[in-house]
Amino acid sequence: MTLAAATNENLAQFSNSLIYASMAVFTLAFFAHIAEWVFGSRSKVGRTAAALTGAGTAAAASAAPAVKVRQEGGGTAVLDKPKIVTRSAAGTRDVPDGPGAAGGTMKGDLYGRIAVSLTVLAFLIEASGVVTRAVAVQRAPWGNMYEFSTTFSTVAVGAYIGFLLARKNVRWIGLPLVTTVLLDLGVAVTWLYTKSDQLVPALHSYWLWIHVSTAIFCGAVFYLGAVGTLLYLFRDSYENKLARGGNPGPFARSVLERLPAAASLDKFSYRINAAVFPLWTFTIIAGAIWAGDAWGRYWGWDAKEVWSFITWVAYAAYLHARATAGWKGRKAAYIGLAAFACFLFNYYGVNIFVNSLHSYAGV
Amino acid sequence: MSKTETEEQRDAGDAPDGKDLGAAGAQLSTVPREEPIGGPSLSVIGWARWFWRQLTSMRVALILLFMLSLGAIPGSLIPQNSVDELKVQAYKDSHEFSTPVLEKLQFFDVYSSVWFSAIYILLFVSLIGCIVPRSWQFVGQLRGRPPGAPGRLTRLPAYTTWRTDTDPGQVREAALAMLKKRRFRAHTVGDAVAAEKGYLREAGNLLFHVALIVMLVSFAAGQLLKSEGGKLVVEGDGFSNTLTQYDDFKSGSLFSADELTPFTFKLDSFTGTYAKSGPERGTPRTYQADVTYSEGGGPDKKSVIEVNKPLVIDGTKVYLNGHGYAPVVTVRDGTGKVVFNGAAPLLPIDNNVTSTGAIKVMDGYRDKSGKKEQLGFQAFFVPTFGGAGKGDMFSQFPGLEFPVLALTGYHGSLGVDAGLPQNVYQLDTTKLTQFKDPKGQILKARLLPGEKLTFPNGAGSITFEKEVKEWATFQISRQPATGWALTGAIAAIAGLVGSLFIQRRRVWVRAVAGADGVTVVEMAGLGRSESAKLPEELADLALTLNSEAPTAPDPSDVPAEGAEK
Repeated sequence: MTLAAATNENLAQFSNSLIYASMAVFTLAFFAHIAEWVFGSRSKVGRTAAALTGAGTAAAASAAPAVKVRQEGGGTAVLDKPKIVTRSAAGTRDVPDGPGAAGGTMKGDLYGRIAVSLTVLAFLIEASGVVTRAVAVQRAPWGNMYEFSTTFSTVAVGAYIGFLLARKNVRWIGLPLVTTVLLDLGVAVTWLYTKSDQLVPALHSYWLWIHVSTAIFCGAVFYLGAVGTLLYLFRDSYENKLARGGNPGPFARSVLERLPAAASLDKFSYRINAAVFPLWTFTIIAGAIWAGDAWGRYWGWDAKEVWSFITWVAYAAYLHARATAGWKGRKAAYIGLAAFACFLFNYYGVNIFVNSLHSYAGV
Repeated sequence: MSKTETEEQRDAGDAPDGKDLGAAGAQLSTVPREEPIGGPSLSVIGWARWFWRQLTSMRVALILLFMLSLGAIPGSLIPQNSVDELKVQAYKDSHEFSTPVLEKLQFFDVYSSVWFSAIYILLFVSLIGCIVPRSWQFVGQLRGRPPGAPGRLTRLPAYTTWRTDTDPGQVREAALAMLKKRRFRAHTVGDAVAAEKGYLREAGNLLFHVALIVMLVSFAAGQLLKSEGGKLVVEGDGFSNTLTQYDDFKSGSLFSADELTPFTFKLDSFTGTYAKSGPERGTPRTYQADVTYSEGGGPDKKSVIEVNKPLVIDGTKVYLNGHGYAPVVTVRDGTGKVVFNGAAPLLPIDNNVTSTGAIKVMDGYRDKSGKKEQLGFQAFFVPTFGGAGKGDMFSQFPGLEFPVLALTGYHGSLGVDAGLPQNVYQLDTTKLTQFKDPKGQILKARLLPGEKLTFPNGAGSITFEKEVKEWATFQISRQPATGWALTGAIAAIAGLVGSLFIQRRRVWVRAVAGADGVTVVEMAGLGRSESAKLPEELADLALTLNSEAPTAPDPSDVPAEGAEK
């Protein structure tokens, strides 16, 4: 064995250790999030907030945010800055967002902050694991399902941190995200692990960088959208129940009252799905161009192609449904979830169970 | 109607999408109005109109989208004729019970089946029926001007107001200039400035849907006109692009043979490299075919074809998609005369290129009594032999490290004269007699390069020459309209980005002299979709205008009251 190969082997080992280390830190983040939710549920503030939510509809108009306006320079001596009054559009209940997992408690918030810090740390470790793997194999680290899965979760967490940095209200997604990341990594290291290696000739193309990276990015961000959609469905039925004068169970109330309003969750998922949809379109087209070079046809109804197409049509249906009377709201959300399920099947199902030209990229 | 009660309420609420804003909120997009479509009137025209309105409604388009994705599923789970006919056959053999039903339902040709075609054709008719009127409407909107301000601006989703000492006319002028500078389409109607921006959203939307049609038509044209064939070429041999040269050939129904691009190429050499060590020993690393080609009788040119890098000759692409070995053998008759000398391509049966095949000597051979006979050999070839005593004849490595050729011979009639097509890689042994050694055992041998197998009773010999050639299979395909499909695809993405990321919005600025002579400025914004950016943009505009029409220094007055005038 040459010296260079030995170094790579060591690097690959190191990369594995980093992935395991990130799993350990993600586990800590998971417990910190649990603590955040637990402490948040006991708070008086939380209960007060719940009471507000219950009677919130009337008070909502006053909750309209005064829009902060970016002021360039200080030269314009504005005595009395005009205030923008916003009114919600039709179809929203004007329910304010919940206080978040911490429920407004100091202790809950502290654990929440710890959880976010640990998530950032775990992200850095995992990202270096992925990069080390790339250096070890001297190619894009997307040659098999183990590598896809580790990159997937890295990108999903990265996107979440990006939203946090942009000061978006996304901390509610922390617990489900960290849980899924642990599952994804667990499956990756247990069942999907593949030794570091080079690629078969069919994968020697710069399209690998373009096509696979965008596919992974789309999947990771669609995932965040799907979590939002799922929570929207729960929160929406909770709000409906309250509006009808019903009384949700104590657990459902405790958890759901702390989430953002159904309208906010719905908007969050819609924006994500709408923003990623053009990129997903691009991914499929890039794949078609590559297929044209590698297999002699740009579209051949291979299982992977079929399921990419199905996923695309499902997301297109979601976008249309949101603009169609009688479909917007819960029905559109179900379509959104179905679309993400198609994406998941395209990844796990097609790679593992279906005989496809993409199977060499498999387990 | 499938509407729930809540949705009815929501729709009936104070919707800022046009219901209580009159003309101001109308036509912010060209989305068709979702009106309940009543039952058809009983005339033929009534039915036709009802059907057309159903088909072009958003609801039916959604259902068609669902059916399209559902319809695509079976094709990914059941083998398809268009992808792999051998797998289809294997599937049919193992599912005898369900096969007739599946065949009837065209489940082995899902993507060209009547029902799948019906779904997408209906979908595209629905699409065309939707975008044609929308395009006209959009043209109308482009030619018109933004509608004037609604009576009560306070009802709009984003609103602001302040009092100023500046003259109302001056405020309106400043507002008009500011909005035009920010590329709003703006004009003054009565006491207010009306402005609108983001028309590209609708343009992008229409472009996207038109691009989908372009893609579908290009794909269909490509399928009808395409040609695709395979050819196995041994190193040193060539290929010329005519129908008879192909090993197998498929084409679309509108293809005609004279559309084949005239060119020839010769395989100079084929190189395959493999991982030599480690757990993945034997995994291919690179495949490369060096070729010399000539276009329509033109000068010779050199090129290299790799797996992802086809050779493109005037729209025809030559892909490298397989390789194997062709040991060179020489067959001599009893007198020592050479009756066959050449490379015999053998087909790989595993990843280490263990190969099998047949070597056929059609004519030129006479047995020792001078009678004409044909010879056939069953050949088994391994590029890297495991070593004697290591059991079976399976290759240990795909590279050529320790080649061994195992042979058994037959004589008699190959059956090729019957006129029936025959597989060149298989022997039909019905009219052949196997060579036996003097003890009556089947004559077989493992030959190393340079070794010879002699047939009994002076019947001649076969020599495994010290040369093993490689062969490569090429797929030669031509699919017209690919450029159109790509153009459509790029346009679709561009349109999609425009229609999803651009917000269409209207802004009104009203300036009137209040009762006390102080000017009241009101600004309001309306977007089609709820956007956080709309209030921000309005705030930004308000701030700019506020610097030109400063707030009157009268803090005791509550500005919002001026709005109700």
